[in-house]
Amino acid sequence: MLRLEVRPQPSARWSYASPLLALAITVVIGVILFAALGKDPVRGLQVFFWEPIKSPYALSELMVKATPLLIIALGLAVCFRSNVWNIGAEGQYLIGAIFAAGVALTATKETGGWIVPAVIAAGVLGGMLWAGITALLRDRFNANEILVSLMLVYVAVQVLNYLVYGPWKDPMGYNFPQTKTFESVTQIPRLMQGSRVNIGLLLALAGVAAVWVFLFRTYAGFAQQVGGLAPAAARYAGFSSRKALWVALLTSGGMAGLAGALEVAGPIGQLTPYVPAGYGFAAIIVAFVGRLHPVGIVFSAILMSMFYIGGELAQSRLGLPKSITGVFQGLLLFALLACDTLIAYRIRFTPAALRATPSSGRHQPPGQAGSALPVDGTRPTSETTEGAR
Amino acid sequence: MEPTALLIAASLNAGTVLAIASLGLLINEKAGIVNLGAEGMMLCAALAGFATVVHTGSTAAGFAAGMAAGALLAAVFGLLVIWLNTNQYATGLALSLFGGGFSAFAGTAYVQEKLPEQSQFAIPLLADIPFLGNALFKHHPMVYVCVGLVFGLIWFLYRTRAGLVLRSVGESPESAHALGYPVRRIRLLAVVAGGALCGLAGAYVSTVYTPLWVEGMIAGKGWIALALTTFATWRPARVLLGTYLFGGVTMLQFHLQGMGVNVPSQFLTMMPYVATIVVLVLISRNPTWIRVNMPASIGKPFYPGS
Amino acid sequence: MTDLNKRSLIKLAALTAVASAALIGCGKKEEPAPAPAPAAAPAEAPKAEPLKIAFAYVGPVGDGGWTFAHDNGRKAIEAEFGDKVVTSFVESVPESADAERVIRDMASQGNQLIFGTTFGYMEPMLKVAADFKNVKFEHATGYKQAENMRTYDSRTYEGAYMAGVIAGSMTKTNTLGVVASIPIPEVIRNINSFTLGAQSVNPKIKTKVVWVNGWFDPPKETEAATSLLNGGADILFQNTDSSAVLQTAEKAGKRAFGWDSDMTAYGPKAHLGSAVINWGPYYIKAVKDVMEGTWQGNSGVWWGHKEGAIDMVSIADDVPAEVKAKIDTIKAGLKDGSFHPWTGPIVGQDGKEVLAAGAKADDAFLGGIKFYVKGVEGKVPN
Repeated sequence: MLRLEVRPQPSARWSYASPLLALAITVVIGVILFAALGKDPVRGLQVFFWEPIKSPYALSELMVKATPLLIIALGLAVCFRSNVWNIGAEGQYLIGAIFAAGVALTATKETGGWIVPAVIAAGVLGGMLWAGITALLRDRFNANEILVSLMLVYVAVQVLNYLVYGPWKDPMGYNFPQTKTFESVTQIPRLMQGSRVNIGLLLALAGVAAVWVFLFRTYAGFAQQVGGLAPAAARYAGFSSRKALWVALLTSGGMAGLAGALEVAGPIGQLTPYVPAGYGFAAIIVAFVGRLHPVGIVFSAILMSMFYIGGELAQSRLGLPKSITGVFQGLLLFALLACDTLIAYRIRFTPAALRATPSSGRHQPPGQAGSALPVDGTRPTSETTEGAR
Repeated sequence: MEPTALLIAASLNAGTVLAIASLGLLINEKAGIVNLGAEGMMLCAALAGFATVVHTGSTAAGFAAGMAAGALLAAVFGLLVIWLNTNQYATGLALSLFGGGFSAFAGTAYVQEKLPEQSQFAIPLLADIPFLGNALFKHHPMVYVCVGLVFGLIWFLYRTRAGLVLRSVGESPESAHALGYPVRRIRLLAVVAGGALCGLAGAYVSTVYTPLWVEGMIAGKGWIALALTTFATWRPARVLLGTYLFGGVTMLQFHLQGMGVNVPSQFLTMMPYVATIVVLVLISRNPTWIRVNMPASIGKPFYPGS
Repeated sequence: MTDLNKRSLIKLAALTAVASAALIGCGKKEEPAPAPAPAAAPAEAPKAEPLKIAFAYVGPVGDGGWTFAHDNGRKAIEAEFGDKVVTSFVESVPESADAERVIRDMASQGNQLIFGTTFGYMEPMLKVAADFKNVKFEHATGYKQAENMRTYDSRTYEGAYMAGVIAGSMTKTNTLGVVASIPIPEVIRNINSFTLGAQSVNPKIKTKVVWVNGWFDPPKETEAATSLLNGGADILFQNTDSSAVLQTAEKAGKRAFGWDSDMTAYGPKAHLGSAVINWGPYYIKAVKDVMEGTWQGNSGVWWGHKEGAIDMVSIADDVPAEVKAKIDTIKAGLKDGSFHPWTGPIVGQDGKEVLAAGAKADDAFLGGIKFYVKGVEGKVPN
């Protein structure tokens, strides 16, 4: 029978291979799904993995989709590594978009190009503000950040709706809930003609470098992560957990806000009730699949975008329902979490005869503790490793 | 008077869905496991329940199917989290996302379907009492089952040995393990029971509350149920109160609109969520109180033998 | 977890590159076989090149409402033109940045006629239309046009008016309820038309409105309907897309209407009638225009009962004969142009006249309605 045996130290090889294995499992299940639905599996794979990258236009659309996911996930990586569970990135994204729109709407035909950095800065500020609420409530009142940040997502959606149905509604828009289209001067500059990719991509890549340096090359980044991995050790070393909390939330909020600003002043070009696209939640998957590592996140953001775009194409090319995207994304995360156990554990086959009496057995009266059983080769050693991270 | 009685009735109805799910999550959390996948479980259960009623015509079968769906998904979650020690929050999220996508995917065939006619319910004599009759005694049996569930859970958790064992597993799995209790099996049972209740709530939504199937129809109720469990400091009676309150605030927003109250509707829609945050803050303010009420091992993985 | 092992990182990158190359290789072999469009005409090559038509839907085809009606229109095209057309659709395309990509993809896949079925596709369609001058774009419920893009809409307010006439004659509490979606002119116009229709047979009625701030949200629609019924309404009308309102009325023993499609089956006892949108006639005309070369951009149409775009169907048996006769008269009047629901005198909530006696509202007036008429309770949101 199968037993899980703790490895003496986490396997570096499996840290990289686990996401690939998870992807492979997802692909296999996908193929089975396609076949079960009567669609050609190879064509299905092609739609998901080849079509989104086969032409420069397709690649640029992939980047357009991946950029916000990448940026938000980078912030979430910092946050999750600090053991702060910011589930409300979607709300921070929205408030960032709102702040950015607010600045963009002040532009007139005469405004200069200086407004672009202002729009972006406003977005970052907005996101930080919204995350700051969660940080404040956790810092001062111990309120669980998962629940507060999540509730704030719903509140943010209503704030957006209020603005586009009310004070910010385009007077020339036939009373439709949307702001006027932003002046072209506020548009985030595009990288090249004919594609929608803008400098947001460069900002994202800069973010990758910055987060990498912060996490792995600075003292502050080290202190940040220790707080998450071993809070007692952090306290002993004098690292402030309050500071870590604020840094984590402000960073992820700021980055989510940045993504919101880039989307709303970029591809969308106005504020509408449809700005909430679920990127804040998808970015959580991106962060995990990317092993909470900046470089890994680049790959997982691209992968997730392929799922999104492939899902759209699967509709028109294969007649598959739109929800197939959600199925694949969820499957990928499940598979990844399962495969991650291989980093901390090894699988061993033990013939039944050699099996020792299970340690977690029947209720025994106090005094005959289960741990008095003979040690056999398959019991975990006393070295604790924090679980798969 | 009449509209108020009806408002109360509507609030109880709206709150019941949340209450059943919250009670399930409470069982989970008493054992130390946080299952963020409530939304996904409720969605799949809603579809399972709806599909079953379409094919069999029996609401009871629909409820059973919903519970089974919830239990199944919870079991998968439990295996990952308890035996493979995957991160509880991430695994729960994965369950939510997968459940959402899968239910939308599998449910496309059912979107146009409708369910057989439902009967009106009223408790024979009590329903005729002037105000209270309309407010309290004309509900679907599930509303009363929910109240019964609360009492049953209170009895189970605080008056039976099994409940004591469950709570001790949640407080300190290491100690329970040292005493020889099968901690992982107990946790799995708790997770599956919790999943079954979430499934029941999901099936109730799609077969009784809004007898339709459409993707995403749970619309965040799973997340709200999670919040409400914390809000209620992990005590069943408070869960009931909290969910009825939340249901009340939800119906109030429409009630106020109908009365012509001049507040932008978005602020009214925000009310339940802001209210939840406020109460969360009030409750969490006192760290001692939280420490006293919250099962100490919530969210932490357990390694037998360490 | 550190990343000091650069070699592993390079291995990872190499693996990804190899995997992509392998898939690219796979992909090239499969290029020639085009995927058949779902539910399209027979796969054998027809004699002449069939016209490729694509539809972008904002919701799921099975919603029983808005998108369902559009898809019925698409099926009408297939029934009419057989193998001279090949149709395809993408559903649940959000009204956001994604829409542009989907529509652009439709254009680059060789579709010559593209229908965008919701207001929110306006800007994306304009952008794609500018890049694909040979493709013709039809946009529903919008107002921006181009050389190769025109607009179309249905006079749903005529259906609302007829529902109001029935409601006004059947109500016992003189309170009517409307579950409304989003406060755009079309919906406000429908609320007003419903009220005007009811007032034409029963001047005492008043209308209560509850907004759910969405087009399709069955649980919210149920709650909104419940609250309206609790507030005294005994007949419900909706401008949302699901059958939840009708089902709620059914459970409570009250009456309601169907919207967008015939919803009788969802509430047999409660159902009073359904205001059904029929896009078939317009869609068939659009395709004919393209085939005959008479398709013109920079124009828009607003079709009503006269052209077959909106109808009141399946009126309940217990509606009195004289009410049914009145509806028939209204329909005849709409068909020959002698009846206009918005004929003055019409007063706003403040009592001031907005339309003089005898005056008929023109399309410009109708398109910009932001006020409630007298008899509707509450304020127009913002």
